[in-house]
Amino acid sequence: MEKLFQKISLASASLVLVILLGIFITLFNASKPAIDEFGLGFITNPVWNQEVAIEGLANDEVAPTNQAESAEINEDIITTGDEMIIDEDEHSDTKTTKTIFGGFIPIVGTLLSTLIALVFALPIAMGIAVFLAEIAPKNISHIVGIAIELLAAIPSIIFGMWGLYYFAPIISDLFGGYQVSLLTAGLVLGVMILPFMAAVTRDSMNTTPDVLKESAYALGATKFEVIKDIIFPYSKVGIIGSIILALGRALGETMAVAFLIGSIFSLPSSITSPTVSIPVAMANNFGEANGLGESALFYLALILFVISFTVISIAKFYFLRGVRK
Amino acid sequence: MIMNIQKFSFTYASATEPSLKNINLPIEKNKITALIGPSGCGKSTLLRAMNRIHDLYPGNTYDGKILLQNKAGSMEDILEIKKENQFIELRQKVGMIFQKPTPFPMSIFDNVAYGLKIAGVKDKAKLAQKVEEALKGSALWNEVKDRLNESAMGLSGGQQQRLCIARAVAVKPDLLLFDEPTSALDPISTGAIEELLVELKKDISIAIVTHNMQQASRISDYTAFMYLGDLVEFDKTETIFLNPSQKQTEDYITGRFG
Amino acid sequence: MRLLINRFVLGLSTLSALIGLAFLGWILITLFVKGISSFHFNLFLTDLINGGLRNLIVGQLILAAIASVIGIPLGMVAGIYIREYGRGKYAELIRNLSDIMVSAPSIVIGAFVYAIIVVPTGGTSGFAGSIALAIMMIPIVINTTDSMLSLVPKELREAGIALGASKYKVIVDIVIKSAKVGIMTGVLLAFARIVGETAPLLFTSETSNYFSLDLTSSFPSLTVSIYDLANEPEKASRDLAWAASFILTVMVLIINLTGRFITRNKG
Repeated sequence: MEKLFQKISLASASLVLVILLGIFITLFNASKPAIDEFGLGFITNPVWNQEVAIEGLANDEVAPTNQAESAEINEDIITTGDEMIIDEDEHSDTKTTKTIFGGFIPIVGTLLSTLIALVFALPIAMGIAVFLAEIAPKNISHIVGIAIELLAAIPSIIFGMWGLYYFAPIISDLFGGYQVSLLTAGLVLGVMILPFMAAVTRDSMNTTPDVLKESAYALGATKFEVIKDIIFPYSKVGIIGSIILALGRALGETMAVAFLIGSIFSLPSSITSPTVSIPVAMANNFGEANGLGESALFYLALILFVISFTVISIAKFYFLRGVRK
Repeated sequence: MIMNIQKFSFTYASATEPSLKNINLPIEKNKITALIGPSGCGKSTLLRAMNRIHDLYPGNTYDGKILLQNKAGSMEDILEIKKENQFIELRQKVGMIFQKPTPFPMSIFDNVAYGLKIAGVKDKAKLAQKVEEALKGSALWNEVKDRLNESAMGLSGGQQQRLCIARAVAVKPDLLLFDEPTSALDPISTGAIEELLVELKKDISIAIVTHNMQQASRISDYTAFMYLGDLVEFDKTETIFLNPSQKQTEDYITGRFG
Repeated sequence: MRLLINRFVLGLSTLSALIGLAFLGWILITLFVKGISSFHFNLFLTDLINGGLRNLIVGQLILAAIASVIGIPLGMVAGIYIREYGRGKYAELIRNLSDIMVSAPSIVIGAFVYAIIVVPTGGTSGFAGSIALAIMMIPIVINTTDSMLSLVPKELREAGIALGASKYKVIVDIVIKSAKVGIMTGVLLAFARIVGETAPLLFTSETSNYFSLDLTSSFPSLTVSIYDLANEPEKASRDLAWAASFILTVMVLIINLTGRFITRNKG
């Protein structure tokens, strides 16, 4: 029994590694057609799902694309019986156009919306943490703390609903521009990561030994000075870690952003214009996409996964440098 | 002798220096042997070697022999033990009480019965009888006899510690190891437990680590004084306290360092 | 002057707390008002095809329940491994990877399950959706189990070993029992988290207008339907989305609060 349990528990634990590797491998495989086709230029190419003419080829030269795909397309045309098109394509198995996918816009949208979220949430989260850790008396701190944690428990789709019908109009009234925009999405994302940052920062601040604080007070420091000069430096590692971790989470946020960013594949002309992020691109296009388009979405997923994984790992590394577990 | 420690050295996994150097110590049967010395002298390390609880944490290395008297009367080296069932047997013969009371999250009855159940005692009547015996033997019976099915967590610190003693005593070990058993308790509970130990030694041999010299002089028959990993002096308690032969011992006893 | 700055900053801090509370209140009140006003008599008795939410609520709970049946035991046992049996690098690696997975984008997990289950089996299924939720749940449960077990003092384990108990018995009889309440709370909070998820279900189980217990095809989901309904032009659809949002939030918050309540008592 002893040995059996040990083996089973080891197997379960290893499942984590298996799943993680599985995700990487699966994403990579599914993105391969897009990676082969577009390479790393995918990251900087703002063109998404547009047909472009293949340059510099005569009608009967074979274009360097998927032969099987073009054969299929020809077959489709033949069976629909469109004589004219058959005549034109009769001479060659070439495709004269190809569809280009470039991930620049969703990547930028993801990064910018997350940045806005961070800038918005950081001061408020720090303020809440300070309130909970140092200002509020114990029972108020407890209750407000629970309220903040409930905010964190609200499902992301709810933030989308509320954001779209109640928050977005106010933002566009205040700042002009569109209701569904980069700004609105970023701000609601900020509200979503607020509780997490506040809670972890508060916990970090609470690890400051009382004697340290007392020594400062005994010298005549004000509360603000104790927070600024003693507590924050002491809990710096935990705080920075929480910020990076919140960033990592915000990067992958889907539903709220799907409601609010507009899902338009164009670079936002201003902060109050709609655009798209990676999770939103996936959420809205996965259903209809196939072939190269689907592969491009997987490519986006892979990029997102790599970025999130990296950011979160950096955060963990930060935590490990500090006093944790 | 119930146990004979010969030329025993011990190095922790992460250490470069041994924590115990060449210890030679007899543990006499049905007597209380106290290990005293300043912090870091290795007394707890030595105690924890006697039931090989160090083996929970990999990487430690040791040298020498720790001989334990077996049922037939001869001495076996417990450092040679490798198999799981041998470890279990060892710990049924050599029990341990910790500094912090460690009641298990179960009822008082189940706590005391735990060691018995592991040893295979299934008969309910027998369990009940042994539990009562053990609780009486640790002077706790009267206080808990009406609430045996209540959680052990509801007992006071002193009661919890006596519960742990009852639990350890129930399996009738040959040797009981006490690692600073009263340092977390108030003076009255401490006194109760010291009385208990003196009673217990009639049936069980006892080794006790204590940083409280007065406690050692109160209850122990033999005392070993340790310093920085060495066993400096071992003798009858009166001799150690009234007429030590090593200057270091005398300095410690008289409080010149601590 | 210093006192003035002090006052100012502390005031800002309190203001932040009020802002945080304001957002919470705003969202909850909105949900309540819009949600309740969209309630109608048959909401819980009819399915989406008839303008009710019954199939969606049941469906979401079933998906979460199956995910739990898979994810909770696997997560707990894995958590026990890394805390109680694990020695050194490998256990630490799993612990770190699991921690990272907790914050990983849920839509990527949906894409993963899409590729490994939906594509080979030729279509969306409730089964695929449950698997996606289970994959999200496992790291969460590992995390909390590991944390709760780490709070059990090492002396308790040593005391068990000192009595001659085997490691397995010590873990089951003593350690898990001690951490029981915390682990249960962790499990409840994990459930609350996944029952509110949408992204992993979008292309794995999608949703359905009909009542269904058939896990081999598209399965009704409250969260996915909220998204669909909110995107429909008819006001009736959007009202329904609000009602559904309200119900979802109530469900999630109740489970969450229950979990906290349990630990508070044993706190």
